Amino acid sequence: MAITIALAGNPNSGKTTLFNALTGARQHVGNYPGVTVEKKQGICTAENQIFDIVDLPGTYSLSAYSMEEVVARDFIVNEKPAMIVNIVDGSNLERNLYLTLQFMEMGANVCIALNMMDVAGKRGVTIDVEKLSLLLGLPVVPMVARTGKGRAQLLKTVADHVGSRPAPLKISYGRDIDDTLDEMEERIRSDHFLTDQYPCRWVALKYLENDAQVLEAGKAHFSEIHEWLSAVALKLSRHLETTLDTHPEGMIADQRYGFITSILKQGVISHTLDPNRLAWSDKIDKIVTHRFLGPLIMIGVLMGLYQFTFAYSEVPVAWFENFFTWLGDRADILFADGLLKSLVVSGIIDGVGGVLGFVPLIVFMFLGISFLEDSGYLARMAFMLDRVFRMFGLHGASVMAFIVSGGIAGGCAVPGVMATRTLKSPKERLATLLTVPFMNCGAKLPVYALLVAAFFTDHRAQVMLIITLISWVGALLVAKLLRSTVIKGPATPFVMELPPYRLPTFKGLAIHTWERTWQYIRKAGTVILGISIVLWAMMTFPQLDTQPVSNENAAGMHTPVAETMDPGAAALRHSIAGRMGMAMEKVTRYAGFDWQTNIALLGGFAAKEVVVSTLGTAYSLGEVDPEDSTSLAQRLKTADGWGPITAFSLILFTIFYSPCFVAVVCIVKESGSWKWGVFSMAFNTLLALSLSIVFYQTATWMMS
Amino acid sequence: MIKGISLRQMQVNQTGTVVSVRARGELGRRIRDMGLIPGKDIRIQGRAPLKDPVSLRIMGGTLTLRNNEADYIFVEVH
Repeated sequence: MAITIALAGNPNSGKTTLFNALTGARQHVGNYPGVTVEKKQGICTAENQIFDIVDLPGTYSLSAYSMEEVVARDFIVNEKPAMIVNIVDGSNLERNLYLTLQFMEMGANVCIALNMMDVAGKRGVTIDVEKLSLLLGLPVVPMVARTGKGRAQLLKTVADHVGSRPAPLKISYGRDIDDTLDEMEERIRSDHFLTDQYPCRWVALKYLENDAQVLEAGKAHFSEIHEWLSAVALKLSRHLETTLDTHPEGMIADQRYGFITSILKQGVISHTLDPNRLAWSDKIDKIVTHRFLGPLIMIGVLMGLYQFTFAYSEVPVAWFENFFTWLGDRADILFADGLLKSLVVSGIIDGVGGVLGFVPLIVFMFLGISFLEDSGYLARMAFMLDRVFRMFGLHGASVMAFIVSGGIAGGCAVPGVMATRTLKSPKERLATLLTVPFMNCGAKLPVYALLVAAFFTDHRAQVMLIITLISWVGALLVAKLLRSTVIKGPATPFVMELPPYRLPTFKGLAIHTWERTWQYIRKAGTVILGISIVLWAMMTFPQLDTQPVSNENAAGMHTPVAETMDPGAAALRHSIAGRMGMAMEKVTRYAGFDWQTNIALLGGFAAKEVVVSTLGTAYSLGEVDPEDSTSLAQRLKTADGWGPITAFSLILFTIFYSPCFVAVVCIVKESGSWKWGVFSMAFNTLLALSLSIVFYQTATWMMS
Repeated sequence: MIKGISLRQMQVNQTGTVVSVRARGELGRRIRDMGLIPGKDIRIQGRAPLKDPVSLRIMGGTLTLRNNEADYIFVEVH
């Protein structure tokens, strides 16, 4: 039987490094049920036992405000791990022990892995490990997770202490609070109020701390005791307010730190250097976050990330594409002409190939972002840009997602949506992932290139610049709109840590990149396969009756429409997609789009590149290479109803309308609900249509 | 009477001791979770290029917060 061990600790304490060191390749990642917080789990065999190690999300406390805190707390309460290995940054002991104390107050079986002893030593911090262990009453193992030092000792200590159940730690919070706690605890114990889940005193403490989760549970189960406890808490709160000008929450936190200080002052910790002196990390910050140099360096870093992700992934992406072309060719030879061949080649291979072709890009992007995140630079970027993004209801860290999605033309919304994982504030994150698809991704560029080449020959650069500006301004304004309507709520506090700069470990980067990529392949891959088959069917059925070619007389059976067009376009017109395109003309003609354009835009739901190739089919050009669309540009120039106004209306529509399906699937996955995927499809398309109609009508009216 | 000046008013490189944290709810808890509590010494490390947020040094670590959050923290300047 595997023994469950929870790994917990502050962010940046080296938790992930320890987790990787303990579990190696035997780990898997998922999400906690119903929330988007990552759940990492792995197996570790040591001391003749099998440990099932669960990496709890990194938190500073267990206060049930953020998703991470709730998840960590619920896991300890509900799953009752045999032991919590609390990883503590030895160079930042005082604050790290704040979380330890909260585990002890819950009565959890805790063992401290005192990490970064090397860093502590360099900073002139000496820790008396034995004394710390004695005073806290917990096993403490000094270690350096990066090098694996102390790993064996840690596992031995865990094996020795597994299964013991210490009594919950009782801290004195001062006379007023202690007396109230005693009174509350007595009633909680005698009435068995939530006692099957939590320790008595802990419940009382949470009532004083105004903990939303516990209050809610209490109200649902025993409303009478709940009322009584709330009243007692309120009375104490008023009392503290008048006598000490403070409130229970603040006082409890202060006393916890007081408890820690009193332990550390008993000779546990000694400094040979001033802890607040400028470390080399701060010296780097003086330059990197400098008023003028900082933004310049940031632009350089972003351009570098961009170059790395999109330019260097080009070659492997081409390999994947070639592979799928080859596979398509093989299928072309293997299958006889007909529906099955069309399904396999156009539906399955093209559809799945479109998703898997992204894989090298995703790998590069996550490698780049993981590097920036693990090195500590991402936090500096958030710090520098927060002021600008906050005006639009976003967060400083949102910029990464925007840039990756095509903030500099040519990105991709799929990794952009996935990059929002680096945002910890839920509302800002949702607003970011709903607006990144407005950026100019690489697949929209051929569409713009085609239209600009055909209708704005003399002003190519200016029009491209205008397109980029519109997408940025549009995305930010929509973010602002969303944040003041459907995702309403105050800004999440920006109280965060700037971790010291660190060189990321190769192992950490590799594991991080691989797990994200695999999630993408597995989850996006299956849904996309289904959707591409549906789209294929929509563009194929019902079929035109063109079978009896062998019969000479059959020529007379062609429909009048088919005679004026080439067979591909006629078949497309006859299909479900074609009929939808024509039905949609009733509305879209106000934006200047005819049915052929509508089919192309429908195809764009699958992938935006498809817009160009479908336009080619619809305007009877047969196969069109998205990269080389000169002939189509010539064709559009002379086509009925086309002109610069129509072209720009279509550009506007392309900027704003529904994200492609791969992006929608990612939005669903990252937001944790289908609701937001559907919302982004409907809202974006409606927005795009309104903008195009307003533009088209105004422009036509002004020209007339 | 509130002792000290609000953290927003402090200059870069100025040092001081936190005397009170007047924020409640989520913000108050976040501030305390990060170790910004009365009695701790801080030093203003720097400000972002647009003067907001501010970064400060406390207990050997670097924290950042926005100016409107710094308004709740009162510091006795050294």
